Amino acid sequence: MKLAFIVATLLVLLALPSVAQPYYVTLVLPAFAYAIALLGFNLLFGYTGLLSFGHALFVAIGAYGAAVLSSKLGVRSFELVLLLSGLAAVAAAVPVALLSVRYVRIFFGILTLAFGMLFHSFLFKFYDLTGGDTGIRVLRPSLFGNGYEALDKTAFLVGPFYYYCLALLVALAIAMWRIVHSPFGLHLAAIRENPRKAEYLGVRVRFFRLIAFLISAFYCAVGGTILAINTGQADPELAYWTHSGELVFMTVLGGFASFFGPLIGAFAFIFLKSELMGATQYWRFWLGAILVLIVVLFPRGLVGIGQALWTKVRRA
Amino acid sequence: MTAFFDIVIGGVFHAAVLFLVAAGLQLVFGVQKIVNLACGSFYALGAYFGISAVQWAMAAGLPAALFLPVLLAAGLVLGLLIGPAIEALLRTVYDRDEAFQLLLTFALVLMIQDVLRFFWGANPQQLGNLVMEYGKLTLGTVQVPAYNVLVILASIAIALGIGAFLQRTRFGRSLRATAENREMSEALGVNVRWMYASVFTLGTVLGTVGGALVVPTAAASLDMPVELVVEAFAVVVIGGLGSMRGALVGALIVGLMRAAAISWYAELEMLAIYLVVIVVLIARPAGLFGRPVE
Repeated sequence: MKLAFIVATLLVLLALPSVAQPYYVTLVLPAFAYAIALLGFNLLFGYTGLLSFGHALFVAIGAYGAAVLSSKLGVRSFELVLLLSGLAAVAAAVPVALLSVRYVRIFFGILTLAFGMLFHSFLFKFYDLTGGDTGIRVLRPSLFGNGYEALDKTAFLVGPFYYYCLALLVALAIAMWRIVHSPFGLHLAAIRENPRKAEYLGVRVRFFRLIAFLISAFYCAVGGTILAINTGQADPELAYWTHSGELVFMTVLGGFASFFGPLIGAFAFIFLKSELMGATQYWRFWLGAILVLIVVLFPRGLVGIGQALWTKVRRA
Repeated sequence: MTAFFDIVIGGVFHAAVLFLVAAGLQLVFGVQKIVNLACGSFYALGAYFGISAVQWAMAAGLPAALFLPVLLAAGLVLGLLIGPAIEALLRTVYDRDEAFQLLLTFALVLMIQDVLRFFWGANPQQLGNLVMEYGKLTLGTVQVPAYNVLVILASIAIALGIGAFLQRTRFGRSLRATAENREMSEALGVNVRWMYASVFTLGTVLGTVGGALVVPTAAASLDMPVELVVEAFAVVVIGGLGSMRGALVGALIVGLMRAAAISWYAELEMLAIYLVVIVVLIARPAGLFGRPVE
């Protein structure tokens, strides 16, 4: 059942650029980006039990990495941009994680929020380095050395770039699947369930939390790179704490207790937001109202709703 | 010397307002263990509502000099109206994981953002030059708007009032007992449900009053809620989560640092505050007045 669903989804996504209007296809790109970021985010939140309210920091590092590399240093290879931005995020995550993983629960959330806002004010205030509130332009990358100069911007995004990102999402999802089902992933779950007991059993709690944090930072940076190339711009709003809040929103919307929940949440959130924005200027209100409904009535998210419906159908 | 004095007065004024919001945050966290991301939204609601209330009062023929009591009343009434309603919503997640509590208050941030936009529009609102209504105080070579001094005094009075309330009254004692051990105080006959409702409402009122008091000196804008939250967080983290004394000292540190950074090196404004937050957390993880965690 699950496998059939995944295969069907992948087929739809593969066919989408040839059947849907380019507008909808460009909407799927941010969904890919957030899906990748949330794979990492949920390793920390769903699997390790640490709720970060500052992971937009790493999404922003990915975006600014793409911006600086392409606009200022002339690096056009997307593979290189991904690798360097990801490594930059991991490097930045080391001190942040070393300090943050000493805490759990709400203190972890507030500390990560403080780090995220620290980076935001750096981006915002140091105009000469970061372009201030306008940010930095992101130039079109080349994929495997191919610049696709013949294509215009939209054709590039909904064509080669779309398939590249889809492949990236699949590859990173498989990697994450392996991670959470490895002994390492089981350690993380043990830490989430009972850190003290895990420690008695010889699990190096802080070290494992640290590693999970670094992996999540890498995934978020990859997501941020895709986001920035899609919009052609990296701006400080990406690091703002409300953006971190949106990451948590998407994860809970899809269902953080399930591996695929955050992926579903990313797609649902992007389409929900774009539909609401088209329908009313008060889209934040309705988005908030939906979040209230999810939190109060369906804490297991869309995946939980789906599972409940499925059991009902089978019983009937 | 004048510049130094400006920084101190400006910083203490900002600290006075920040303290009110942070005190609300601390009360709610101390008793209910909920970190309220919407505290900045309450503050912004208080600010916008305060502007409208003063405009109505003026239109009704009230003398301009009475705007301070009008603002206080506006903040109080608004807080008393929305506090219990929002507490009733939060009540549904009291026994859930704190991630859900945090997310619910985040949802409130999103919703209140558009409530503000709906009622007051996207343009910043301000109260004109009312602040000069009370004249200026001259101290040697420096002049300070008397209004700012009044707000500082009002905030000190509220701080002392809360202190006396927590220490001396029966309700304050049950409140501290509930913060300490919820089950035990419930077993001893404290009506925890009612306690939670009153604490959250008090926290809301502190936020709305803080917002209402700040509008004569600064415009109310849609960025207000999300920007204030981070400052209020910095205050409570520096001071220690749940501690009232912490809120006071934290507010003074953040207020003075912000004023100093703005006048000396504007780029450092918020950066400096986050750096203090991080340094405090490394050196004293529980904050200056907080209890150690774990």
